[in-house]
Amino acid sequence: MPALDSTTLITPELIAAHGITPQEYQHIRDILGRDPNITELGMFSVMWSEHCSYKNSKPILKLFSKMNSELPHQEHLLVKPGQENAGIVDIGDGFAVCFKIESHNHPSAIEPFQGAATGVGGILRDIFTMGARPILLMNSLRFGDLKEPVSQRLFRGVVAGIAHYGNCMGIPTLGGDIYFDASYEGNPLVNAMALGIIKKDEIVRGAAHGVGNPVYYVGATTGRDGLGGAAFASKELSEQSHEDRPAVQVGDPFMEKLLMEACLELLRTDALVGMQDMGAAGLTCAGCETASRASTGVEIDLAKVPRREPGMTPYETLLSESQERMLVIVKKGKEKEVEAIFTKWDLHAVKIGEVTRGDKYRVLDEGKLAAEIPAKALADDGPVYKREEERPAYLAEAQKLDLAKISEPRDFNAVLLKLLSHPSIASKVWVWQQYDHMVRTDTVFYPGHDAALIRIKGTQKGIAVSTDCNSLYVYLDPFEGGKIAVAEAARNVVCSGARPIGMTNCLNFGNPMKPEIFWQFHSAVSGIIESCKALEVPVTGGNVSFYNESPQGAIYPTPTIGMVGLLENIEKRVPSAFQDEGDIIFLAGETFNELGGSHYLMIEHGLKQGLPPRLDLAREKALQQFILAAADGKKLASCHDLSEGGLAVALAECCIKSVDGLGAEVQGLEGVSKHQQGLRTDALFFGESQSRVVISVKPRHQKDIQHLAQKQGVFLCEIGKVGGDALILGGRIRLPVGEMVKLFENMIHNIMERK
Amino acid sequence: MKAAVIVFPGSNCDTDCFHALKDVAKVPTECVWHKERNLPKVDLVVIPGGFSYGDYLRTGAIARFSPVMESVIQHAQSGRAVIGICNGFQILLEAGLLPGAMLRNKTLEFVCKHTWIRTEENLTIFTGQMNPGEILCVPVAHGEGNYYCDEDTLKSLHDHSQVVFRYSSEDGKLGEEFNPNGSKDHIAGIVNKKKNVLGMMPHPERSSEDLLGSSDGRKIFESILNALE
Repeated sequence: MPALDSTTLITPELIAAHGITPQEYQHIRDILGRDPNITELGMFSVMWSEHCSYKNSKPILKLFSKMNSELPHQEHLLVKPGQENAGIVDIGDGFAVCFKIESHNHPSAIEPFQGAATGVGGILRDIFTMGARPILLMNSLRFGDLKEPVSQRLFRGVVAGIAHYGNCMGIPTLGGDIYFDASYEGNPLVNAMALGIIKKDEIVRGAAHGVGNPVYYVGATTGRDGLGGAAFASKELSEQSHEDRPAVQVGDPFMEKLLMEACLELLRTDALVGMQDMGAAGLTCAGCETASRASTGVEIDLAKVPRREPGMTPYETLLSESQERMLVIVKKGKEKEVEAIFTKWDLHAVKIGEVTRGDKYRVLDEGKLAAEIPAKALADDGPVYKREEERPAYLAEAQKLDLAKISEPRDFNAVLLKLLSHPSIASKVWVWQQYDHMVRTDTVFYPGHDAALIRIKGTQKGIAVSTDCNSLYVYLDPFEGGKIAVAEAARNVVCSGARPIGMTNCLNFGNPMKPEIFWQFHSAVSGIIESCKALEVPVTGGNVSFYNESPQGAIYPTPTIGMVGLLENIEKRVPSAFQDEGDIIFLAGETFNELGGSHYLMIEHGLKQGLPPRLDLAREKALQQFILAAADGKKLASCHDLSEGGLAVALAECCIKSVDGLGAEVQGLEGVSKHQQGLRTDALFFGESQSRVVISVKPRHQKDIQHLAQKQGVFLCEIGKVGGDALILGGRIRLPVGEMVKLFENMIHNIMERK
Repeated sequence: MKAAVIVFPGSNCDTDCFHALKDVAKVPTECVWHKERNLPKVDLVVIPGGFSYGDYLRTGAIARFSPVMESVIQHAQSGRAVIGICNGFQILLEAGLLPGAMLRNKTLEFVCKHTWIRTEENLTIFTGQMNPGEILCVPVAHGEGNYYCDEDTLKSLHDHSQVVFRYSSEDGKLGEEFNPNGSKDHIAGIVNKKKNVLGMMPHPERSSEDLLGSSDGRKIFESILNALE
């Protein structure tokens, strides 16, 4: 592309190349009362891209806000979705948590290491921009079949990129969820979540209040890297996508560490007015959003922006997505104090402009006007589309499943071993040993638990976090799949003893212009909302990632949920794995003949078919309340959610992850079968019926547990005892724990380190 | 006894060390910015882990030239206690306070996990509270912890009882499978000849409380406290 400068003629071709439709162009002319110049056209194109404007998803995302407004305890939601860079929830005692999940899928597909690294960098800036200190990171990752060398390359690069950035920042990465499926071939998903802690009265807004207040540019210099990344993220990946490599940014976690410390130090002074990171759409977005939120104007001069190379045009400077940069608005008269802090950290801090009267984002270049746009129009008045929806044709065929034609396996041991060694189920230790998951000395539950758990120093509290989404369920039934994603993420958090207090989501879908994709999107969001309502969990915001398609087609619809729970007393935490010989094992929740969408059906029978399990939200809620009551009374030795691979995999994991390799003798399954007439043995062992957990309790708590379950109306069945060195399950399974450990722990390592 | 934790740009275990010393071991502790030329009056200087200067050039290579390092070197040369953990160990090597160098881990990957380390010398101010051969559970988290030195240096380290910790199995056996980074002779920590400067890759500050899975690392801080109080 030739350099775009003030002499460039605006042609219909140039407008189209910016992804702007003729109608949108007319709208721009109406806003300005004239034709835009090339710089302004570029600014509109990035701000009105799907990535920044949510133009295709807004009508659906509004449903989250509507749902939030109908929940009890509104007052705990301190910053709501869409208001700021990240949502904030009150956790009591003057503290709050600030969290968000965001995608970096397309950059990671092109350049996995930098794509994933800058994804981490971006989500961390969203957190400390709010004044919160980031205290943990999680990741939700999807790759193609791990047998494929290309999947291995992407997986290795993404993991190393995440490790590089998070480790250097000194923020523990506590795992998350990882699945491998052919639908992600060529379009991996990299969703990064961060959570920070903040004092309630120290929340920083990304708003440019106070006419005359100086606007500072701080952090790294601006280069030509990442030009138009937001627009790049808003189209499908194709064979030519590697030509977009210049749109992938390069991260410098050391710079971001300095930036974070300096910004948090600035927060402790009274000089700060507002902060906004320069992420997607860079200086364009930061300038117009801060002005728009405060209903003020902002004027900057690009000649003052520290640039990496000479000769950068206003167009390039405004659209650059160079990393590790912030826009900071401070009180007039406090400039010296502010500059001293950034000097201490050896960072650029340059006054590039000030807050002005009116509503314009005015951009000068050495005093000469380069662009002038009403800030609100640019930031908030982008086009909004109600896209067409149509029930996908594939569903009719995919949902068909005749269980009579599915034969029960002969060798249940072999099936369990196959499940345990599937990369989606097998231990991710190869991944999280590359992440510093202990720095900050707050990590109480390491990766591998149902939820990560950290303590909050200086309080009794703990924060539990889980990310989750079974996208095969969502593919087979978007509404039910969306419901389950929330329920399961909440259940994971509850298993650790924590009460869910809020969630963020990253909605990864294909091309929204296709009515079938939009139907998936709308249905999945409706399912998410259904569960949030029932479980009373507010949505604090998140991110939409469309156009996740490769030449092979769209990915499975993947609305990833990041669930956050609060544990009032960290001493009441509940681990996932078995603890002591002699503890009694119970299965809580009902088991049905549900094999549709199960990993058993996929791995043993080669079928990705059927309706996924049904989720009864009343049952789910009762189960979660039962667990929380039992945890609060310190009646639980362990609690583990049943998910992929069902009861057999859950029990195996309780043994494998126990400190001493404890076995279990589980011979009491008649109670479960009797409760459900005609229950198939494979459904009992490997089915994925919802709202179920395996718990273990000390014999002295047996009666209390039964009483608590009865009180909540939860079906509870005593099925066995912890002990021995093998998992013995109903006459069909007998496997030494050592053998399972070896397989489970080494599978991914063996694939990745095969020389 | 008083302690100071040095903070370089990119240090990220500074607050962890501060917490382990001040809140857990109850040692009066302050943080010292690397641009300070003078140290406060302290008995112990801690150089914490992290990525000082983003690990650019070479781990610890730039931090070694920070203004505060002159005072740290004087502090060490006067016989007072210095402990460098992880990146702190790397900085001590670069500063010449300890012999040897660091290579990348043999896997070429960052590794974070609990390791067992065997106490080889308990006649130091850092290990006085331990029995000879005592095994501690202390985590590592590094990309470059593969300690290297030439054979003469190694012999000298052993001759002067300077190898303080080695990676081992839970019951004290040595072997490649227990060594997380490929370090020479399974070395996890060494002291200088005067035995007042300790460098170690494992993080005692991360294993100073039961809640975090191990409190074995606290014995190192308690040993120092006991020796210097």
